[in-house]
Amino acid sequence: MRNDYRSRNHPAWWAFLVHRLSGLALSLFLPFHFWALGNALQGEARLDTLLKWTEQPLLKFAETMLVLLLAAHLTGGLRLLALEFLPWRGWQKTLLAWAAGAAFAAGLAFALAL
Amino acid sequence: MDMLKVSVWRGAASGEYRSYEVPRQESQSVLDVVTYIQRSIDPTLSYRFACRVGMCGACAMTVNGVARWTCRTHVAKVAKNNTLQIAPLANLPVIKDLVTDMREFFDKWARARGQFVSGAGTTRKDDFARVAADSPERVAANAGIECIGCGVCYASCDVVSWNPDYLGPAALNRAWTLVNDVRDGARAERLAAVAGDAGCHACHTHLDCSERCPKNIAPTASIAGLKRAVMLAALKGEL
Amino acid sequence: MSAEIQVPAGAPAHAASARFETWLWIAQRASAVVLALCVLVHLVTIIYAVRHGLTGAAILGRTRGNTAALAFYALYVLAIAVHAPIGLRTLCQEWLGWRAASLNWLIGALALALFVFGLRAGWAVFLG
Repeated sequence: MRNDYRSRNHPAWWAFLVHRLSGLALSLFLPFHFWALGNALQGEARLDTLLKWTEQPLLKFAETMLVLLLAAHLTGGLRLLALEFLPWRGWQKTLLAWAAGAAFAAGLAFALAL
Repeated sequence: MDMLKVSVWRGAASGEYRSYEVPRQESQSVLDVVTYIQRSIDPTLSYRFACRVGMCGACAMTVNGVARWTCRTHVAKVAKNNTLQIAPLANLPVIKDLVTDMREFFDKWARARGQFVSGAGTTRKDDFARVAADSPERVAANAGIECIGCGVCYASCDVVSWNPDYLGPAALNRAWTLVNDVRDGARAERLAAVAGDAGCHACHTHLDCSERCPKNIAPTASIAGLKRAVMLAALKGEL
Repeated sequence: MSAEIQVPAGAPAHAASARFETWLWIAQRASAVVLALCVLVHLVTIIYAVRHGLTGAAILGRTRGNTAALAFYALYVLAIAVHAPIGLRTLCQEWLGWRAASLNWLIGALALALFVFGLRAGWAVFLG
């Protein structure tokens, strides 16, 4: 028999899912990111065309999501490093709250800076 | 009288949930409910238990989707609207009804080198080994030593579901207690046995095991200890 | 006297494979430590760049000829090329059940491609 969501419904499992999915999304985005930067090889104008293209609301939203995912993967990763390398007893949930809070703050800072 | 609606897994790998009505009683445990069904409604129901006081680790089942020791789980804590769903533990082959085949679970303890091996050159004529109760090794071993082998962590672990070779939380926790046994004579073999994709490095710190362990052990912490110990061995070229 | 350990049959413990997995794990954590710093700098830079004009001229004006930033960027790309493929490998193993040797080759190729493609992007932005 297999477990279902009832067994998985606890904060650390959701943290894992966020970490894995954000990692996947960031990995998929990377080639596009490198490609976009590589456009600078063809001069400033080419880069400007591309930056103009990203002004669309949908892409702005996607950018904010990516910043949020990057921040989440960073803070979630720091949490994992702490769990694996520091001696711990039962403070993992506090750590989780800090990780979530920091990721949210970074996303917010980006969204407000737009 | 208040009645509990209880659906219980009947069959083996293939089977179905069958419904039973059980009188609700004060201070009733989930094991009491299963026992009532077998004694008063359907004597063909198979389940496993022994001590009924949380020592033997025989009665673990999946209760409303979560692996638990049923003898120490109050119905009041888990029943929603007086309903219970009781299934055999996940990640283990079902023999019949609520009874799983735990062979693989315990074989993995052995594969993780879960047996104590006395150090080279020691004999039974030696004096007792003196281990300070407050030494860091003893404290680390103590944290994991109360495991009763119920299989709740193994059944809860997603990595076991995704990677059937994975030794699992209980076996790795056992190995960690032995790594911290200063009398132990098989450290190198044990670290090699718990390294890699079937061992401690497969753990992603989901904390399923630590969340569900009825003895409040944190196997995740033990596995993290193994990760560090194996890393140090690898860096020294001893793996 | 040392007791003979009886180990039940099952998945054989391949020493070479265990060593490989251990080193992948170490590489994943080591790159994570490097990335923690890089991503923090990256996030601050993103927010700074968005506030100070996101145009080709503004970006390239800040980056062109900045060798210190290029060195940082190269380290960042290296850490990504190590970190992302190992993570994707685990995902393929656990969620797709793909554990064949072909996966390791694909992941190795992906790491190389990310590294080269990332350096090309760095070249474009910092030296161009």
